[in-house]
Amino acid sequence: MTSAISIKDLHKTYGNGHKALKGVDLEVEEGDFFALLGPNGAGKSTTIGVISTLVKQTSGTVSVFGKDVATHIYETKLDIGVVPQEVNFSLFEKVMDIVMTQAGYYGLPRPLAKERTEKYLKKLGLWDKRNDRARMLSGGMKRRLMIARALVHEPRLLILDEPTAGVDIELRRSMWEFLQEINANDTTIILTTHYLEEAESLCRNIAIIDEGRIIENTSMKLLLNKLDSQTLVFDLREEIHLGAFEALSIERSRLVDPHSFEVDIGKDEDVNGVFQQLQEHNIGVKGLRNKTNRLEQLFLARLKNA
Amino acid sequence: MLANYKYIAFETIVVKEIRRFARIWVQTLVPPAITIALYFLIFGNLIGSRIGGMGGFDYMDFIVPGLIMMAVIQNSYANVVSSFFSQKFQRSIEELLVSPVPNYVILCGFIAGGVARGLAVGVIVTLMSFAFTDLSIHNLPITIIVVLMTAIVFSLAGFLNALFANSFDDISIIPTFVLTPLIYLGGVFYSVDLLPSAGRIVSSFNPIFYMVNTFRYGILGSSDVNIYWSLGMLCLFVLVLYVICIVLLHKGTGLRH
Repeated sequence: MTSAISIKDLHKTYGNGHKALKGVDLEVEEGDFFALLGPNGAGKSTTIGVISTLVKQTSGTVSVFGKDVATHIYETKLDIGVVPQEVNFSLFEKVMDIVMTQAGYYGLPRPLAKERTEKYLKKLGLWDKRNDRARMLSGGMKRRLMIARALVHEPRLLILDEPTAGVDIELRRSMWEFLQEINANDTTIILTTHYLEEAESLCRNIAIIDEGRIIENTSMKLLLNKLDSQTLVFDLREEIHLGAFEALSIERSRLVDPHSFEVDIGKDEDVNGVFQQLQEHNIGVKGLRNKTNRLEQLFLARLKNA
Repeated sequence: MLANYKYIAFETIVVKEIRRFARIWVQTLVPPAITIALYFLIFGNLIGSRIGGMGGFDYMDFIVPGLIMMAVIQNSYANVVSSFFSQKFQRSIEELLVSPVPNYVILCGFIAGGVARGLAVGVIVTLMSFAFTDLSIHNLPITIIVVLMTAIVFSLAGFLNALFANSFDDISIIPTFVLTPLIYLGGVFYSVDLLPSAGRIVSSFNPIFYMVNTFRYGILGSSDVNIYWSLGMLCLFVLVLYVICIVLLHKGTGLRH
């Protein structure tokens, strides 16, 4: 399968001497839903900047669908759609004009531009706002407008830099569904996010970047398998007192409050024993959940070790 | 590959630019019209009637071409510098930079926008001048060529200013401290014959002096300079500024990190 993106030994040193990228190597397969994670200042936005040609690399190469972005400017740019981290459209323009203008920059004839603008504004729930000035939109709407704008030329690769930052939960979920839908329709997606739950839910493969270097590049499944243990929280139907809880003798467990307790479960262990103990003492379980986000645990551990 | 994508991209930039200055017409079209109307009224009508003739014409007739040219110069420059810098400031210029639009199409699109506003204001001022004098055109081709070339030169200069600008102060320094003195000393209000010989030499280094006089030749048939020499200089300015802008765009100066 062709690589949607192939980055080789990418270096970027800014004018002030700051080395943002120190030899990044990265491959993203066509059709992938890929997460690029890293703390603030790790080099995520610089990497995206180089791919989208907003940042000039100091050395190294970037290829999109097998073509070098520096030498095949027209073809590669036509294949890429970028949703930046911060709002970067004119706030004084109408929603419809912003998307139509972008379509024009990609050479779409007016009737096709109009058709695509309508399609994506409707898909992203902005059609009713098409004649409003962009400054009248809420934060979530502005983000959706940037997605519509990035999709209007129907790129094969969509890069989203923190697309759901500051977006409420309901809207975030609907954006996830939308992104999954376009990924299912063969659009490769690269996502940077601070919401690790988002990366875990959406992405099949993942890279972690720190201080300008890729420190992990694997599949989400393999990464999550590296987790040595996880903490599960049991929510109980009825109150349980400390004495009664201690009588259960569940290993590596703690009572959080009279209605819940938590247990550390090792990578090769199961929770059957815990359920058995609870059943023997007629204690009903209302719910079971992870205490922390698993990816978050791994992410922090990986950064610590880097 | 989409056919004619460069033309569609060019058209998109031009339409966007025209839509921008038309949307804020109170800021872009009305103020120059009012300012130039006051020049007509005060310098042309009230003071001009006491001055008498200038360069062999009524003073009002003499200053009309200069004032039209002044409006074209200021507005071509202002349109490109403010529009391009605003897009840099708001980062909406990234919409263009991530797209496959070639640099020369970006430049030509903004220049066409600047020329459009310069000509729009030029037409408004010309129509207003009919209220003060009977304007007839001596040489239409020269008039059209010189006004177009001048609008292109100052659109290019505005683009150059915007590329280097990092703040709104940076886009007002050149118009205030360079452009305005050059315009006022460029023979808009007087004939070079009034100046002492040193003043004439200094004027010969002012490019606007040539533009105003060539345009005056197109309208009145009289000029302080050789019009072919002036047209040649205008072509040279266009060429040099265009090459500088393209080289800077290619290097990503002020745009790409």
